[in-house]
Amino acid sequence: MEAVVQEQAVEAVARRRPARVSLEAFTFMSPTMLLVTLFFFVPVLLLLWISLTNLSSNTFGNPLCVGGAREVCEALGIRAGGVEFVGLSNYRRLFADRFFPKILRNTLFYVFSTLALFNVGLALVLALLTTHIERRVGFLFRAIWLLPRITPSVIYIMMWKRIAADAPFGILNQFLMPVGVEPRFWLKEAPWLFVIVTNGFVGASFGMLIFSSAIESIPRDYIMAAKVDGATTLQIIRTIIIPLIKWPLLFVTTYQTLSLLASFEYILLLTNGGPGLYRTEVWSLTAYHRALQTYFGNNQWGYGAAWGFVLVVIGIIFSVIYLRVFRFNELVQEPKIDAL
Amino acid sequence: MRVELRHLSKRWGNVVGVDNISLEVKDGEFVALLGPSGCGKTTTLLMIAGIYKPTSGEILFDGRVVNHIPPKDRNIGMVFQSYALYPHMTVFENIAYPLKLQKVPKEEQRRRVQHVADMMGIGHLLDRKPGQLSGGQQQRVALGRALVKDPKLLLFDEPLSNLDARLRLTMRGEIKRRQMELGITSIYVTHDQVEAMTMADRIAVIKDGKLQAYDTPDELYERPRTLFIAGFIGNPPMNLIKNVEVVVEGERYIARNEAFCLEVPAERGKKVVGQGKVILGIRPEDISLADDGEGVRGEVYVVEPLGRDDLVNVQLPGDTFVHFLADPALRLKPGMPVTLRFNTEKAQFFDPHTERSLLWQ
Repeated sequence: MEAVVQEQAVEAVARRRPARVSLEAFTFMSPTMLLVTLFFFVPVLLLLWISLTNLSSNTFGNPLCVGGAREVCEALGIRAGGVEFVGLSNYRRLFADRFFPKILRNTLFYVFSTLALFNVGLALVLALLTTHIERRVGFLFRAIWLLPRITPSVIYIMMWKRIAADAPFGILNQFLMPVGVEPRFWLKEAPWLFVIVTNGFVGASFGMLIFSSAIESIPRDYIMAAKVDGATTLQIIRTIIIPLIKWPLLFVTTYQTLSLLASFEYILLLTNGGPGLYRTEVWSLTAYHRALQTYFGNNQWGYGAAWGFVLVVIGIIFSVIYLRVFRFNELVQEPKIDAL
Repeated sequence: MRVELRHLSKRWGNVVGVDNISLEVKDGEFVALLGPSGCGKTTTLLMIAGIYKPTSGEILFDGRVVNHIPPKDRNIGMVFQSYALYPHMTVFENIAYPLKLQKVPKEEQRRRVQHVADMMGIGHLLDRKPGQLSGGQQQRVALGRALVKDPKLLLFDEPLSNLDARLRLTMRGEIKRRQMELGITSIYVTHDQVEAMTMADRIAVIKDGKLQAYDTPDELYERPRTLFIAGFIGNPPMNLIKNVEVVVEGERYIARNEAFCLEVPAERGKKVVGQGKVILGIRPEDISLADDGEGVRGEVYVVEPLGRDDLVNVQLPGDTFVHFLADPALRLKPGMPVTLRFNTEKAQFFDPHTERSLLWQ
């Protein structure tokens, strides 16, 4: 009875103030909305527009000056060049590309192996290890693991190139020769290994930080109770810690999937998609190559934008899948502080 | 199960948590570790549980040293102040957790969880999550989880502190009753001396990591060995009056200071005479109004109604204050003159420097 009265009271309050609440909500959200609009929605729309044109080095001009707008541009003295609206032809070309299946496979392989082995897997292992040793030592270890992240990408990749360099050079060769391993060009022999490891070592630090702070915020009583209840350390990790850090796990998995999908600079610097034909070429690197670095010097911005836009769509699809799989709505339910 | 602590200490660098505690808990006994916050009582409990490793000393279960046995193999049940119910598991899963870890068959798990839950009166809540329970219900689940594996030893870490006063009273009786029925050796950490007095067979009073006394509630109440115990055990607390001197006048022993001259029974008085200025301890219930006008004169300073009694603070000549319990029907008011009779049969005497009792060694 009491509960019913309370519910009615709550509903009455909710009915009375919807206008004010939404105004407040908008006020508080406006800085974020402004940023998201400026740096996400506007670029995506521009990307979409460019992907529907034939903009390239040959047709260079203002991509807005297509069709009927061309005359206006000419009147205003804006360079229209040879830009034409080409509809979906860039997309047709993309899906018909004979390397399209290979690049898609490469991308999925790269994203999910790096994610599973390093950005989530190793991150979780590191977080668990560094929270189960002495606090200061754990802190120091995590700080050291952050070093590659704050090292400029070029320097970091140059170091890896030296490590995996061709015989008779290569740090790896110097270490392996004494134990009887034939020196070889490791980067060429196992390009994927180095692509994944270079990305993973840096990528793991993000999850490591998030997971270790989440683990440290688990009340000590749960762990003590589980110990007394008869759990081993591994059982505590599996039955208590992992379920309690489900939300950070979702966050890191989603965030890192998207960031791996979009990342290409380490691969660009390390293998540039090689060795050979598209051996380690991933989607975002293709977009870069088409738009900004073609072998023949013709930068096909329109075509590259199409690759980029498809990547945006793939990213959105993945996000939606994750939110469903992890039942995001349940995770963000209001805490039942009253009930505690 | 019999539990024995031998010279148990726990230090973190220079910080001493527990300092050389030795005590024995008999099979089936209910022992309270009583002391103020930060006195080392929880640290002691966590060492018994096996969560903390002692810096030195030994813990014995039934005569066997268990220092290096991990918590999971000690067969103990523990109830935490926060209840520590796993928030992602239902009540059933919480209680079944120890059984699941022991790989007890599913059917037996269900039977034992239901049995314990019914015993605790939460059989209808098994599908809920801890967040959907009240404090008292969570407490019962925590107790159920501790009991479900038939432990040989139950450890309680201030289990009632988070409950409201009324529920605390109920749960106090209930825990005591379950413990008696099941006969499980129990160690109960609390800072609430009423809890310790009402529930425990014996109380270990701990202060600054040291064991101050280990005795039955009656003994601690009637024969406090130190000033700390005298002040800590009993509610309302004992009056402690400084600068009292005990002298002999003929056959009689007189305790006196600027406010009063009191005759003290000989068997108490002779232990104190000639000790110079001492501290006189007398409980509020051992002071009453003198009907005949003979006694210690003073003036009512504050009256605190407790319902059944009024707790009256009386100012004696000089700067001495004493509390006593008066019948509310007397309607004492601040400023009223009163004459008090001290029941010196129950008087305690303490050395002001060593803070030890002069009567009981």
